[in-house]
Order: sequence, then C-alpha cells, then structure tokens
Amino acid sequence: MTNSWTDIKNTDLVVIMGGNAAEAHPCGFKWVTEAKHHRGAKLIVVDPRFNRSASVADYYAPIRPGSDIAFLMGAIRWMIANDKIQWDYVRNYTNVSYLVRDDFGWQDGMFTGYDEEKRSYDQTSWEYQIGEDGYVLTDETLTHPRCVWNLLKAHVDIYTPEFVENVCGTPKDRFLKICEMIGETSSPTKTMTSMYALGWTQHSKGSQNIRGMAMLQLLLGNIGVPGGGMNALRGHSNIQGLTDVGLMSNLLPGYLSMPRETEPDFATYMSSRGNKPLRPNQMSYWQNYGKFMVSFMKSLWGDKATAGNGWGYDWLPKLDIPQYDAMRMFEMMTKGEVNLYFCQGFNALLSFPNRGKMTEAFSKLKLMVVMDPLETETASFWENHGIHNDVDSAAIRTEVLELPTTCFAEDEGATVNSGRWLQWHWAGATPPGEAKSDVWIMAQIYQRVRRLYAEEGGKAPEPILNLAWDYEDPEEPTAAELARELNGRALETLYDAADPTKVVLEKGKQLSGFGQMRDDGTTSGACWIYTGCFTEDGNNMARRDNADPSGMGVYQNWSFSWPANRRVLYNRASCDLDGKPWDPSRVLIEWNGEKWAGADIPDIAVTANPREVGPFIMNPEGTSRLFSRKLMRDGPFPTHMEPFESPIANPLNPEMRGNPVARMFQGDVAQLGDRTEFPFVATSYRLTEHFHYWTKHNHVNAVTQPEFFVEISEELAAERGIRKGGRVRVWSARGQVWAKAVVTKRIRPLTCDGQTVHVIGIPIHWGFKGAARKGFGPNTLGPFVGDANIETPEFKAFLVNIEPASEGVA
Amino acid sequence: MNIDLSRRGFMKLAGAGVATTSLGAMGFHEAEAAEAAHVRDFKLATTTETRNICTYCSVACGIILYSKGDLAAGEKAELLHIEGDADHPTNRGTLCPKGAALKSYVRAETRLTRPRYRAPGADKFQDISWDEALDKIARAVKDDRDANLIERNAEGVPVNRLTTTGFLAASATTNETAWATWKVVRSLGIVGFDNQARV
Repeated sequence: MTNSWTDIKNTDLVVIMGGNAAEAHPCGFKWVTEAKHHRGAKLIVVDPRFNRSASVADYYAPIRPGSDIAFLMGAIRWMIANDKIQWDYVRNYTNVSYLVRDDFGWQDGMFTGYDEEKRSYDQTSWEYQIGEDGYVLTDETLTHPRCVWNLLKAHVDIYTPEFVENVCGTPKDRFLKICEMIGETSSPTKTMTSMYALGWTQHSKGSQNIRGMAMLQLLLGNIGVPGGGMNALRGHSNIQGLTDVGLMSNLLPGYLSMPRETEPDFATYMSSRGNKPLRPNQMSYWQNYGKFMVSFMKSLWGDKATAGNGWGYDWLPKLDIPQYDAMRMFEMMTKGEVNLYFCQGFNALLSFPNRGKMTEAFSKLKLMVVMDPLETETASFWENHGIHNDVDSAAIRTEVLELPTTCFAEDEGATVNSGRWLQWHWAGATPPGEAKSDVWIMAQIYQRVRRLYAEEGGKAPEPILNLAWDYEDPEEPTAAELARELNGRALETLYDAADPTKVVLEKGKQLSGFGQMRDDGTTSGACWIYTGCFTEDGNNMARRDNADPSGMGVYQNWSFSWPANRRVLYNRASCDLDGKPWDPSRVLIEWNGEKWAGADIPDIAVTANPREVGPFIMNPEGTSRLFSRKLMRDGPFPTHMEPFESPIANPLNPEMRGNPVARMFQGDVAQLGDRTEFPFVATSYRLTEHFHYWTKHNHVNAVTQPEFFVEISEELAAERGIRKGGRVRVWSARGQVWAKAVVTKRIRPLTCDGQTVHVIGIPIHWGFKGAARKGFGPNTLGPFVGDANIETPEFKAFLVNIEPASEGVA
Repeated sequence: MNIDLSRRGFMKLAGAGVATTSLGAMGFHEAEAAEAAHVRDFKLATTTETRNICTYCSVACGIILYSKGDLAAGEKAELLHIEGDADHPTNRGTLCPKGAALKSYVRAETRLTRPRYRAPGADKFQDISWDEALDKIARAVKDDRDANLIERNAEGVPVNRLTTTGFLAASATTNETAWATWKVVRSLGIVGFDNQARV
C-alpha cells in the first residue's frame, strides 16, 4: 500500500477491482465503511462475481476475468476525452511532457522490438529523448507529437466504450457510469483509493493491470494524497516483510537487486546503479544505493567485508538468468535437476498451478525438508488419499523430513502489514511437544553445515565460514538481536560530512535513520528501509501510542512504518507546486516557507524547495511515469492481452496468445487447453471463513465452510443439467476435480465478442489434511504460466469444462 | 483521586468482586451467598495477557493472548483465549471469522509436535530425533553443495551459484526469522529462493 488501512477513512471514492476486501480483508474493509459513513464516500466494485464487497457497494459492474487492462485503458480514454484530468498535478508531477524516441511505436497489440523466438522485446526504443546536457527533452505545451501525453492519447484511442463492452462484457452504461464517478475525483479536493489484491496479480499480465490503475490514479492526481493511492491488500501477515527483507530469488534486502554474473565485481555492479538525475535539481534517491549496499554487506559478512574485497562481493551468489523463481525450480525438478528442497511454512503442493506437475516435481527430489506448525499436503505429497491424492507411494523415492515449528502465539518479532507498519508481537504460549522456532532450526542447520566445512573442507567454504553470526547464543539468535541487525549501527564513530568536529553518532550505537548510512564500511544495516525501527530509543516497532492528533489516521507513534516512519508514500504530491495542500481540509504535510512539516514524515528533503524538487524522489526524473521506459518486459504502456486460455481471440491481434513475452516451458505449452474443448472461464477466489489451507485444520472454521464447492450461474446450471447442490466434475487440460455445485445469481453470463461467456468460481481452501472434508482446489486445474515480469501464476483466468457427476464419486 | 483503570483491569475487578460487595452492602446476605454459589469467577481473571498480531492476512489486527502461566516468568503457558485488541488503531478490537477462531489453529489436533521422517517408498512417517534430522539435513546440504555448486562460470567469474538445492520461505514468519533465513540460504549459494509473494 502507498497509504495505510486507517488512511482509507479519508477517501471520497473506493474502487475495489482485482480484490474482494469485504470477504478477504474484513477488518481492513471497516475503513471503507468508515469513509462511507462519515465522509459520504462511495464504493465501486468491478468483479466477475457479485461478491461480498459488491453486496455493500454503491455501484457494481461485472467484468470478464483477464480483461482488466481494456477496462482501465478505456477509463483513461474517457478521462482524456472528458478532460477529467488533475492538470496541475499531471503537468508538474508526471512525465507527461517528456519526449520519447521517434522509433518507439505500437501496432497490432505489440510494441516495437518484438523478437518472437526469444519471446522478448528489444527495448531500445522505449526511452526518452535525452538532450546534450544529459537531461530528458520536454515540451511543456504538450503539443509535440512525441511527448508522452500525445503518445498516451494515441495509445488509448482504441479503447472506446464499445471496445470495453465487447472485450470485458461490461455493459456500456455501467462502464460509463463508473467513468463518471471516477472522473469526479480529478478535482484537487476529491480523491479515490484503489484497493486490489490477487484478482489483479494472478494473471500473465498482472503487473500491467496494476500499472493501468496507477496511471489512472496519476491522471486524477490521486497518488500521495490522503485517502488516495495504490493499495495492494497483501495476503499473509508478513508477505510484505519477507519481500522487504528480500526472500525472493532476484532480491537482496531493501529492494536492492541480486548481482548478475555479467557484473563480475563490485565496481561493475555499482556502475549501472548510479541513478544520475534526469532533470535538474532532482533528488534521485537511489543515488545512495552504494551506502545501502555496503551497509548491507557489513551486516552480512561483518569484519570480513572490506573495501579491498569489494565488501565480500565475490561471496554473493550471481545469477545467470533473471530469476530462479519457484515455478522455474519446479520445472527444473521435473527434469531431475534439483535434489534438495526446503518448504518453510509453505504448502507448495496446493499453491502452484498444475498440481500433477507439482507431484511429479517433488517425486524427483532426493530429499524434501518441510518446516511447518501444521500437517501439510506438501509434506505428505507421497501419501495416497484416493481421488484426493492419487499417487503410488511405493514408486515415490523422495525422502521427507517434517519438522514441527512454532506459530505466532509462541514466538516474538515483527510482521509488516499492508500499510508497511512493522508491528512487534510477543510470545504467549509454550510450543506444543518438541516444536521449535524457525530461527532455531535455521541456526542449527547453519551451525552443523559450518562445522562440516570447518572439519572436512569442501567447495567454496568462504561465504559459509565468513557469514557474520556473532549472536550471544549462536544456536538461537534472539528476535531483538536480529532486529537490531536489520536496523544497523555505527561501526566507527560517525562525523558530520560538513563539519568533521561534529559527532553524528558514536561507535556501536544504533542508527536512527538510513540517512546516516555510509559507503565506506563505517555503518552496517541489513535492510536500509527498516533503519529507524530499532534505535537507541529502543524497539520502535513495539510502540503502542494510539493517539492521532491530526485526526488523519496517521498514528505516527504506533509501531514503525517504513521508510523513516512515513505513513503515506509520495506525500509531497499531496501539495501543489508551492507546497500548499490540494485540499485544505485534508493536510498531511505542507511547506511552511522554510521547510516541510506536518502530521506525517515528509517524503522529500525537509528543506527541498517546492518549486525545484519533484515529489517522486526515487525516480531520477523526480516525476512519476505514465510512460514506464524499459522497466516492464511487456511494454511501457499497458496493452490488452488475453489470458493464455481465453474464450475469445485478442481483438487487437487474433494471432497473439496470452502475453507475448510471458515465459512458457515447452511441456506446458502442450498442456494448454482450447476453447472448443474447454468453453468456460474459471477463476479462483477466497472465502471469509478460511485462510488459505490453514483454517481447514481448525474445527471452528471447518464447521463454517466444511466442503469444497464450485460456483456457477443459474444459466450454466440449466445448460449443463446441473442441479443446486449436485455433484459436478470440472476438468481442464491438466487435471480434474469433483465438487458440490453452488448455483447462484452472483455470477451471470457475459457477452463478449458476440458470444456468451460463462464463468466458474473455484475457492481455494481444501486439501486432504485437517479437520474439514477432503477436497480439491483450483491449482489442480490452472496453467503453469506466470506474469511476464514477476512470475505470479495465472490463477484468475483459465479454461475448464463442467458436467454433472455421479453422486457416488468423491 | 484519579484512578486510571483500564477496561480489562475493570473486568478483572468486576469478575472477582462485584457480586459480593454490592449485594453485601445492601444487607442481602442470604441472596449474596446464593449468588456467590453459582457465579463463577471470570475465567480470564488470573491469566497472563500478551500483545500479539493476527497471523493470517496483512490487515494485521491487534490481538490479545490469554494464557494460563507466564512465559516471561519462565512458566509453561497454556493458551486459553484470544480476542481483538481494543487499543489497536486498525481493528479496534474487532476480528473476522478467521481471527475469532485463532485459538483453534494454535491448538489444532493436526499441529506437528515431533520431527518425522518418510523413507523412500514408504507409505507412512516414522519418528526421528531432532539431532538425527538436523544432521541428516546438514549432510545432504553439504554433499549437494560440494557436488553441484558452480564456483566460477566459463569466464572465470566467481558466481557461487547452487541451483540443485532450493528454498521456499514462509511469509507468516517474522522479519527476524526472515533475516536469519536469508543469511543461511544465501551463504550456501542458493538462488532458487522465494516466498508466498511469488504466488
């Protein structure tokens, strides 16, 4: 989230599209209710199902799964055509006036530079025109044919209301009504918030869905303002934190990137991360990359990291491909290229698409290690459970170790919420039996491997032997020790750069902010964005002052929010060019003539002159990007792409299947289904009574939703002879499931490209372990393909067939 | 006199004493005795309260754990009840159908309580000690790493890349667990490293 849960109360319009907050985030959704009740805010829901959020919405429109880009580009077209643009914001805070290279273009659904063989674009032309002074060329009049504004106008021109209706199945009058409601928030004193979740991410073009809404929000001037923003309603309690700390195949902590083997040494690695400003006077905050990186390396290797050895750069793993994401690892497993796999609190067998492939992948491992508080299907993938897990145990040679771990009630530490608050919690129960914390287990594994290398020698022992591990009890580091390491400290006494007699921080003290980090090895700090969380004042994540003197839902002294305890990102953009809030009744910060001040921590240097320094300080332009240059693999603007399995051809280019740059492995292409054999669109979803595959272990939740079902419309039920509550078989090109049929009015057939499109909803919560009845999930059926940028699987739109099943089955 | 009596403090007092004092003061001694005979003590009056955060979604509601026994005092603590934290700015004491049943997860019958091992081709788990399990893991990791770590690529660049061992991390663990995990996993050279954010 750019904003926070409590900030939603400041909004005038909530758009829930690509999520279902009332169902999946009920206590956060209360802030929508608060805004509706106290501000008269309106709620719009756009979803394939008339879902729980829709049931309390002011306005609802259906949409075909996988067609969101067409809807969003259509909305942008409407805003432009009707001049619903926050012009002062757009002119000054976006790249709308920047000139783009002459050779950039778009045709037949594709951008310039496509290489069919590589399934990739040559992005050379996706760039600004740069002047001799090194700055990007601009045209403030917005008349130049190559300025972003004119390219954007041309790009969205095809997305007429008729096009949207035809592709999305959204009735034209509903689409137009929603555009009108959204358009009102182009006023500087009106704002809209976007709340989305996996309904937007789980597509082969998920990143472009989100980008489409971000662009719309920028045109309306709704980013950085109270009650506005792009708000990802994240899933697990610390999915934000695990991403922040870089537990992703392509990341280091704090969104620094894993080195590639084309960057053989530290100097080369840093050379492409200079982030020189692209416009005069801009902060381009990533210019500090080196300080964050060196501090991180000092936390990782301690004294062993020196200027002489590039801070231990050689010891970091180097990538030869963009990422070894989970789906690539499973693909490698099926080829026998992986021997050993750890699943720490991750029920992978039920989480990734094409479960048959997952079982095959795990069956080729030598050893699987599972750490979990609960029995999981993953740890028992080799157990035969009839139709629910039809495997031949004797033929599966994989060894499995299942290790019992503690859960939240038995451990201590911080988790990060959607709004980036790091909240500390304490243990209140003794672990059951011999269950141990994950930290203890990881420390044990490390200590034992380290001992083996010390005793036996072996390949490249340096990174293992040199890892900083100076905890009081090396067998079990405490949460506080690890948190202090994430924050960072002064390794030498730090002096003021401007006045060398002035001590900034004494040796050994915790850093109070990432501004104190140095690139000369005198500071540590494992995750720069967390610096400030555990300072000499103590553990700021444990703060519990719930006062909110501004009444803006800021809660500045409750826990700690990254970065720098800032609650609303880009909040400089909540003020006009002179630093006055767009809306005097909703003030977060303002320029008082000398500095920026207010209820929130300003997202800009406090003394930065408002007319000189742009609000988007992380970008070298100082502005936000309507044209995203080379940052996304599938285009600098979102363009409509069909799902890989779709009931209609892409009207922009009937030859194009799915996202032309999404990765597909050879065997998975052969397992794609066709609309003639699989005429219906399946989409996965969640239920308020359940959390993923955990709560089926609870008697209480298992009672409230005991049994796997699929949801279909009355029309589809009639067409296929399916009765309410009857058994059905649902199958795709990859697998089959049996379920109870829930026949509702919540799903209605759509008309797209002149044909009737039926949608089948498939909830995710069942398996063969726990207290609920055994069942299935959509991952048995879904295709093994992910988003072109980040490899999130396409669970929200794929093709299936359905028929009544005999009562005896399942 | 300014008594800052918290809501929960008040509940404790109320549970333990209200029935006796107010009725006793009015002289209803027999009624008092009868009342006291069937009014149970407030169940949570003697429990230890611990601040925690719901483990499910990223709304991250504040919760209070009520346990018999005090961990901080070195005692064994048995979880009796979980409720929403009324002081928490986001949820203000409320919980959803999942959060309200959190205790059933902590105390689920299918919680794992001891390490288990499944041999090749076996149709069930068998018990294994922690020591044996951890030694087996360490041995497997070292053997795989020694056999398959790519120390340098064709150009002679040190790449320290291990692709034959992979790791999926848990996005319901803490930042601190995440950092300890990161250090161990990356020091081994593992590149196939993800968490639920990938799904």
